[in-house]
Amino acid sequence: MDLRYSESDERFRAEVRAWLAEALPALPPKPGPHDWDARRAYDTTWQRMLFDAGYAGINWPSEYGGRGASPTEHLIFLEETERAGAPYVGVNFVGLLHAGPTLIAEATEEQKAAHLPRILRGEEVWCQGFSEPGAGSDLASLKTRAVLDGDHYVVNGQKIWTSFAHVADFGELLVRTDTDAPKHKGITWLILPMDTPGIEVRPLRTIAGSSEFSEVFFTDVRIPVENRVGAENDGWRVAMVTFSFERGTAFVGELVRSMKLVEELAELARKLPRGSGSAWDDDGVRRELGLIAAQLDGLWHLTKRTITESERTGVPGIGGSIFKLYYSEVRHHLGDLAMRILGTAALATEDEPAVDHVRGWIHAMSISIAAGTTQIQRNILSERVLGMPKEPS
Amino acid sequence: MNFDLDQDERALQSAIRDLCKGVFPMETVRGLESSGGISAETWQALEDAGVFSLRLPESEGGAGLGMTAAVIVFEELGRALVPGPLVGTHLAKTLGLNQARVTFANRNDLVISHLDSSDAVAVVDAEGIWLISQNAIAGEPVALPLDPLTPVSRVSSLPQGERVNEGADVSATRLEASALTAALLVGIASAETDLAVAYAKERQQFGRPIGSFQAVKHICADMLTRAEVARAAVYAAGVHLDGNGDGDTARAVTGAMLLASEAAFANGKACVQVHGGMGFTWEIDAHLYLKRAAALIALHGGADTYAEEMAAAL
Ligand SMILES: Cc1cc2nc3c(=O)[nH]c(=O)nc-3n(C[C@H](O)[C@H](O)[C@H](O)COP(=O)(O)OP(=O)(O)OC[C@H]3O[C@@H](n4cnc5c(N)ncnc54)[C@H](O)[C@@H]3O)c2cc1C
Repeated sequence: MDLRYSESDERFRAEVRAWLAEALPALPPKPGPHDWDARRAYDTTWQRMLFDAGYAGINWPSEYGGRGASPTEHLIFLEETERAGAPYVGVNFVGLLHAGPTLIAEATEEQKAAHLPRILRGEEVWCQGFSEPGAGSDLASLKTRAVLDGDHYVVNGQKIWTSFAHVADFGELLVRTDTDAPKHKGITWLILPMDTPGIEVRPLRTIAGSSEFSEVFFTDVRIPVENRVGAENDGWRVAMVTFSFERGTAFVGELVRSMKLVEELAELARKLPRGSGSAWDDDGVRRELGLIAAQLDGLWHLTKRTITESERTGVPGIGGSIFKLYYSEVRHHLGDLAMRILGTAALATEDEPAVDHVRGWIHAMSISIAAGTTQIQRNILSERVLGMPKEPS
Repeated sequence: MNFDLDQDERALQSAIRDLCKGVFPMETVRGLESSGGISAETWQALEDAGVFSLRLPESEGGAGLGMTAAVIVFEELGRALVPGPLVGTHLAKTLGLNQARVTFANRNDLVISHLDSSDAVAVVDAEGIWLISQNAIAGEPVALPLDPLTPVSRVSSLPQGERVNEGADVSATRLEASALTAALLVGIASAETDLAVAYAKERQQFGRPIGSFQAVKHICADMLTRAEVARAAVYAAGVHLDGNGDGDTARAVTGAMLLASEAAFANGKACVQVHGGMGFTWEIDAHLYLKRAAALIALHGGADTYAEEMAAAL
């Protein structure tokens, strides 16, 4: 085993660093959290800058316009962009991290040509219409109905928790095409143009106060059959492909950010007065921060094991679910500790020093829910890795 | 970067695993209780396998391997619950000392492990590495040690001893001791997971295996998760100590020891719980893993020390 980077990896790192040093000062000012048009414009501008510099779709194969970087280079890229404080992937999350990769794996050449270049250039924003009011963890019980009418599917039903729906151009849509088949066998995966008549998007206010996700209602929405990805009624398998990308390296950037946040919290604790000294004089505070730092380092090492494995086998192993479960717990702890250290300073949520820590505390609560809850990850690990008896389904 | 065992490392891992299966099945390990965790044959088997000398150059009878190999070996020893002063003896050999068995102690400890079966006690403190001959210490054996396979003696004080760190790097030796202990603990954390999962698949209640209940499955998933993250950290510690790391070596080792301590201790308790009443019996092995974990953690300074060291690096 060897954790040192190769010379060519180090050259790649230096190149990314140099580009970031030049590119970041050229960015427009960051928009406020509630101005969604400005947020879309900002995130897609950044995506265009990445594209022009040859970093868009860093891990996408080069035949589809990506950079075709190795998993190690991908890790270096995520590490360097986070360290430099570059913009987060933002509204491009779905397109870049799982819709695009799903299309690469499953779509027709026409579908790929229509969408992949536009996603890479920041011209097309995607959302994910999977969850429904009655189908969350039990996603396969989804009811949004699609009936074939000539060369169109006619869709009726409702999706919920659809992140970025109000700024998206397209969506990954799961619909029921066979109501008689067992629940996993009657689902189809469609490309949904968000400007199709009959779609109504109603933003929901999250506990963070912003409108990150929406309810989406469908009334006789006509989607061309040519928008189907994979075969009719084979959508569950395609959705599993989507999940494998969604749970893959999606959290590495977050991890690097949390590692930075631990350092900042230690600095803050040394400054914030408590009694006759500072919050840092509290043994409990120091030791918990020390533990969190060790746990985040452990996840960083685990990521490298996962990456080595995927370089060897071509597929991510069990690392994804272990990472997601463990990271969620540590992220909660980090947020909770920040709240204790901040005390009343946490109440002024938009001010320094609270802002990043309070946002992170709230964000932690979504990490343990979205993309398969903590409980669902434990089911997956106990059943698929430890071979324990299955849940009823 | 390659953070998976290479071919040689895999071969080493399976060789030592086979050795443990052959020489240290659980009946044998339990049988060592009456002799302080050691018998002439089992100890000889460890020596012959190169457990203590593997980092010495081949010209000195070693295998010329590094700390990465050593943590792989010690993980397997932990998994098999191999008793004895393993860490102290390995470090003493590596430092070129010729005592057959050396046990490790902290300067202010009044409870010393493996005193009767060791030739000397090694103390590593800020000033150096000290060797105290066993017969210079008046120890009183404890009748019921916490871990039945880690015999301990009370002492009223430790003599200063003879300084032996000529040419040795004291802080490196401390880090090596931590990494090897962390490796033992990770092996224990994995063994505890395996034991709990096997029982949960077999034990029936309410007409089905208890492993079909989420309350049990989720405990097991957490055990797996703690052990896997700690293992990544322990391997990283070994790699850093060999100079092949990508970050700060002391931090990598300290973090590994902290995570391995947490994993072995928490998994040990979880393993008892998953076994129900059986878990509270002497007969089931769960308590042996937990008690070994608790003993190793205490003998190497306690998890709080490592948490403080991590915090100091922030
Ligand atoms: C910030 C955020 C963004 C999201 N973005 C999107 C998006 O863009 N597109 C999209 O489609 N979805 C999105 N989601 C939805 C997300 O995938 C679901 O919320 C999640 O899958 C859980 O489903 P649910 O909300 O219906 O909760 P439920 O499934 O009702 O779960 C409620 C509770 O019951 C537990 N539970 C449920 N089933 C089991 C079981 N079998 N065993 C043990 N415990 C169980 C859960 O762990 C949870 O604690 C988002 C969610 C959040 C929070």
